Amino acid sequence: MNVNIKSNGTYAVALLSGEIDHHNAKEIREKLDKFIISNQPRELAIDFRDISFMDSSGIGLIMGRYKLISQCGGRLIVKNPREYIKRVLKISGIERLVRIINDRI
Amino acid sequence: MEIINEVKFTMPSLSINESVARAVVSSFLIQADPSVEELSEIRTVVSEAVTNAIVHGYRNISGNIEMTVKLLKNREIYIKIKDKGCGIENIEQAMEPLFTTAPEEERSGLGFSVMQSFTDSLKVKSKSESGTTVVMRKKLKNNE
Ligand SMILES: Nc1ncnc2c1ncn2[C@@H]1O[C@H](COP(=O)(O)OP(=O)(O)OP(=O)(O)O)[C@@H](O)[C@H]1O
Ligand SMILES: [Mg+2]
Repeated sequence: MNVNIKSNGTYAVALLSGEIDHHNAKEIREKLDKFIISNQPRELAIDFRDISFMDSSGIGLIMGRYKLISQCGGRLIVKNPREYIKRVLKISGIERLVRIINDRI
Repeated sequence: MEIINEVKFTMPSLSINESVARAVVSSFLIQADPSVEELSEIRTVVSEAVTNAIVHGYRNISGNIEMTVKLLKNREIYIKIKDKGCGIENIEQAMEPLFTTAPEEERSGLGFSVMQSFTDSLKVKSKSESGTTVVMRKKLKNNE
């Protein structure tokens, strides 16, 4: 599991790679939370382009970061999930809270 | 139930086995040549059920999880995941979307909803103190 965060102080992008399940959600959560708390970005985009697998543990992960960053006055975005991950996201209805967008890849 | 092939194995309730279970089902399914989408869906539902056994079933204890995958006639996949953990008191309530007994651990209560929408049938049998068995079936499309 890899978490690579790039930030200009206001906007940040976290590029994740690997598979998101219960086993490795904790590591991702800790890295993202540490970044959110110490940098208080106005916007954090989590980029899913290199995530090949995600189950409902990923929904919990996104929801949890959404709550934390909202408390810090920021906004969360989900970027570039592949088609099947979009369907997992759809089941959760999370797109009502978090914007899901695609870059041109 | 006409079985063409079958694999059955047991693993201890370690979270690393969530990915092991996905890898086993992926390898087994190669013979049926599923689409990329179908394979993703099956890997996801296996992950949901195995995670539930680890996170909920064997919450304060460790134990074994038994997984059976069968390839049936007419490209139907049968998956059974069984634990001997704490069991589910109220199955109907547990299967409701967003119902979770572990919100503080960032569980979202959507595992059963995912299993339901990515398979053709989902059956849950459970008894308090003696464990839970989840059986899912999914028919693969014909691939020309
Ligand atoms: N194998 C099991 N043993 C005991 N209880 C279970 C088992 N599987 C599910 N449950 C119960 O059913 C509830 C709902 O399960 P479901 O997978 O839908 O959601 P969750 O696991 O709580 O959250 P998520 O899967 O979204 O992370 C669980 O919170 C738990 O109380
Ligand atoms: Mg679950």
